[in-house]
Amino acid sequence: MERDDLIVNDSYALNAHHSEEEGVAIRKKIYTVTAILSAITAVEVGMGVIFKRSETFTWTAIKWTFIILTLFKAGYIVMTFMHLGDERKNLRNVVIFPYFMFIGYLIFIALTEGAAHFGLDLKFH
Amino acid sequence: MSGEASKAISKDILWGGGRSPFSVSYGKMMMWYFLVSDALTFSGLLVAYGFSRASSTADWPIGEQVFRALPGLEGQYPLAYVALMTFILIVSSVTMVLAVEAGHRNDRSEVIKWMGLTIIGGFFFLGSQAWEWSHFIHGSGGNFLLAEDVTVTGPDGELLEMNAGEAVFMDHHFGHLMEMYLEGNTAVTLTEDGGHVVLTELGDHPHDAHLHGLTLNKFVEGETIIEGDDMMALWNARSNDFAFGANLHDSEYAVQQSYSDFFFFITGFHGFHVFSGVIINIVVFFMVVNRVMERRKHYEMVEKVGLYWHFVDLVWVFVFTFFYLI
Repeated sequence: MERDDLIVNDSYALNAHHSEEEGVAIRKKIYTVTAILSAITAVEVGMGVIFKRSETFTWTAIKWTFIILTLFKAGYIVMTFMHLGDERKNLRNVVIFPYFMFIGYLIFIALTEGAAHFGLDLKFH
Repeated sequence: MSGEASKAISKDILWGGGRSPFSVSYGKMMMWYFLVSDALTFSGLLVAYGFSRASSTADWPIGEQVFRALPGLEGQYPLAYVALMTFILIVSSVTMVLAVEAGHRNDRSEVIKWMGLTIIGGFFFLGSQAWEWSHFIHGSGGNFLLAEDVTVTGPDGELLEMNAGEAVFMDHHFGHLMEMYLEGNTAVTLTEDGGHVVLTELGDHPHDAHLHGLTLNKFVEGETIIEGDDMMALWNARSNDFAFGANLHDSEYAVQQSYSDFFFFITGFHGFHVFSGVIINIVVFFMVVNRVMERRKHYEMVEKVGLYWHFVDLVWVFVFTFFYLI
């Protein structure tokens, strides 16, 4: 069967190896990240159970805390578990930039539109 | 007429220069590109949810009030089950990354061990999601208001007076359903007649909801449990009808149908990804068992399926925050 995942003369897949000693360090990192992810999830659930929804500033702050913690979790998963942190900067940018460009914009536009609809509904419903 | 795309290109000039600008293999880079596009799809879904929610004038359901049941247990455990699901997925992600690490050391038996555990974790998550869907669809009960006074027999034979306007909690716990059907006379099945009723189930906010086909079994208030004919008397004295659980037309959780529609679509789409991830994991698992990777002298296939699996975990992290927490 013809292989299509190797580039002749420079087979990246074959180079993706590490030694036993490196493995120990990598596993240590994996377990550390696991602990961090579990801790963040526990904190999130605890906050979700304790704090009640309201129109106050406190709730807004908690919402942003959730979002920031989530982005932290996402960062750990992508950079460590998916090894994007170990890849070339080019690849990292190709993967991550679309989100800051498109999804950031999409979130802004959808929430602005949503809020406008909300106002119209209140006015004319 | 065929365009440039159908022209045969010599392998020698493919990927001009003979090396990847990203220093990754073709397969791994394409997996990344696929994940980028897939992540944009999920982002679109979650943003649509955000739009729907931001534009909604009625109260939006509160996650810890909707998702608070645990299998086989009475009582309320807000978010506990979703937290458990999140934890299962994170752990299976960890076993996956350990399989990738073992692959980089060409340690076949460890790859088999960790991939096997990953597959088991995937099945656990799928099973959890099946239970959650089932519970969401069947609902756990709710209040309705009595339209007229009614007298029913209590658990110790005493007569209980219940007045018009009083809120009555109907238990419709998923776990009770079979039992009630077996006893025959305690179950009442109603079909759609499309009324409206004030619901007091979700916090302090009254809700409107449509009726859909439902099965009732008992009234619960503290130690008081009423079933059978008295249950039917209570039911007949109700002010109107309301929805238990959720389907594509009605929902006990919210006035806005979009809430349960988004629940079904987003968690369903994610669940489908988990399912296909488990299948691909199983395929690669057997490739490892059959020593395909040893012949190739590298375990990049494990790494590629690992990328997909972590992505599924990553999506769940966002679903968890935006659907359940906020």
